[in-house]
Amino acid sequence: MSTVNATAAPAARTSVRSRGQTTSLGTKLITALTVVVAAIWFFPLYWAIVTSLKTDEETVRAGLRLLPEEPTLKGYLFVIQNSDLPIWYMNSVITSVIITIVSVLMSAGAGYAISQLKFPGRQILWTLILASFMVPVSALIVNHFIIIAGVKLLNTHLGIILPMLITPVTVIVYKQFFDSVPREYREAAVIDNANEFQMLFRIFLPMNWGVTTALAIITFIGAWNSFLWPFLAAQNEKMMTVTVGITAVQDSYGVAFARVLAGAVLAGLPVALAYLLFQKRVTQAITLSAGIKG
Amino acid sequence: MRRNRVTEYATAAVLVAPFVAIFGWMFIYPTIQMVFLSFTNAPLIGNGVWVGFENYIRMFQDRIFWNAVWNTSYFVLLTVVPGTAIALAIALMVTRLKGRTQSLILAAFFLPYVLPITVVYLIWDWLTNFQFGLIQYVIEPIMGKRINIWRTIPWFMPSAAILTIWWTNGFSILLFLAGLRNIPRDLYEAAALDNASRWQMFRSITWPLLWPVTVLCLTIQLILQLKIFDQVYLFAQGGRTQATMVLVQYIYEQAFQKNSGGYAATISVALFVIVVIFSVLQYQVLRVRGEK
Repeated sequence: MSTVNATAAPAARTSVRSRGQTTSLGTKLITALTVVVAAIWFFPLYWAIVTSLKTDEETVRAGLRLLPEEPTLKGYLFVIQNSDLPIWYMNSVITSVIITIVSVLMSAGAGYAISQLKFPGRQILWTLILASFMVPVSALIVNHFIIIAGVKLLNTHLGIILPMLITPVTVIVYKQFFDSVPREYREAAVIDNANEFQMLFRIFLPMNWGVTTALAIITFIGAWNSFLWPFLAAQNEKMMTVTVGITAVQDSYGVAFARVLAGAVLAGLPVALAYLLFQKRVTQAITLSAGIKG
Repeated sequence: MRRNRVTEYATAAVLVAPFVAIFGWMFIYPTIQMVFLSFTNAPLIGNGVWVGFENYIRMFQDRIFWNAVWNTSYFVLLTVVPGTAIALAIALMVTRLKGRTQSLILAAFFLPYVLPITVVYLIWDWLTNFQFGLIQYVIEPIMGKRINIWRTIPWFMPSAAILTIWWTNGFSILLFLAGLRNIPRDLYEAAALDNASRWQMFRSITWPLLWPVTVLCLTIQLILQLKIFDQVYLFAQGGRTQATMVLVQYIYEQAFQKNSGGYAATISVALFVIVVIFSVLQYQVLRVRGEK
């Protein structure tokens, strides 16, 4: 008996070890596959950047040229000097920054009131906010246009901004975070005679600073990227946002890919940087707004 | 005590006022106005006459409308389930990586999602360019000739779907990664002790525990893609837009090119109803999950 056991045990051990080795080989293979797929996924972006650094003549030369032969910023200089891109950029910065600040402040106020205060109509307001989550804003474009035209705000920054300020999700996220602030903080502040505004700006907001940053970044990215409404609200070339304007660059230059893609890279740069610098916050904001506590 | 209550109401009113004002003006009011408008023959700007259900009758008989419904459904079909499946596969690959490698690889998958659609459009318009696009090097040997993708109707929607999956998949990947992180590690350790294979672990642990997130991704994608406009509009520009018309594009065309605000509002109501039905379904699904 004992001899049988003695021979069986090492055999079992070696089989476990060989199994371990195959998994580590499998692991390496999967990792390699992951890297390859990621590289393919990233390739269109890489190709856009490379193309923007080529001369117009090199972009149309046959074959796969992964690096520019003579890297040049001519495409960039051209779109900056010969198109309205700098103006579009300013329009985008102005509208996106205002949308971010106003909608975050507005939502924090509303979220705080709904979470911490009792007032008539509170329940109705909360239900409406939850319900509005479902409404497709793209179905409202016709009426947004009529309203904004009615108050003579077409082709103005304010006209672009107003319909984009409705962000029910931001209110919902704030309310949930304010709900989870322990009762004691509020009671202590009441004893110190703090009013509600001090409570919001000195206690509740600073305690949830991370959430505010996350929501602000994602609101900024959303505002910068929105296409349909700015496209309708700003028909005048001087009032376009960069997101809308860069397609005009393409129309006027025909076959000049370095310029067109230089415009595209410039238009995508602020949001790409916002993501790369605040990767964790963006991730948090997205999982939060989908209703998953990350 | 009474004064306290009054100040509480007043403070609440001040805090809520900006949001309520914008919400009422830019959301509630246009929603109600949209329904009214749909019963008139108003132009885009200006007054119209009440025409009862005329617009609705017209819509149900409108071949272009049904074509837009079909194209939108086709696009949804091509993007929602395939996109979610690809996102799950990528999330399973990314979740195994650690630390810096993981954030780097994740960034490669996520970066397209933060870009504006027009940037995505310009990049893909270049990649698929009939004369100089890199993708033609793949298409030419297979098809025997180059394909003018955005002007060849059978190619249009599948190509728009591939581009959309490339663009928006980062979102679903993030949700799946969050879902995977929430699965307790010891479940896998216990399964490993039982000598379970990789596939068995996936079938009996990962997949069932990830199902709620999968449903969430599917419904979010579904509602998002029903509202498809930007890509289809940009790529169809200058071509025969009728054949690839989607719902939001038809609203745009009726309102801003045909100047019929009333009929555009009717199609908006239709889109509105479709999206609300799917949202209520989504809400029900999530509630059922919450009660479990």
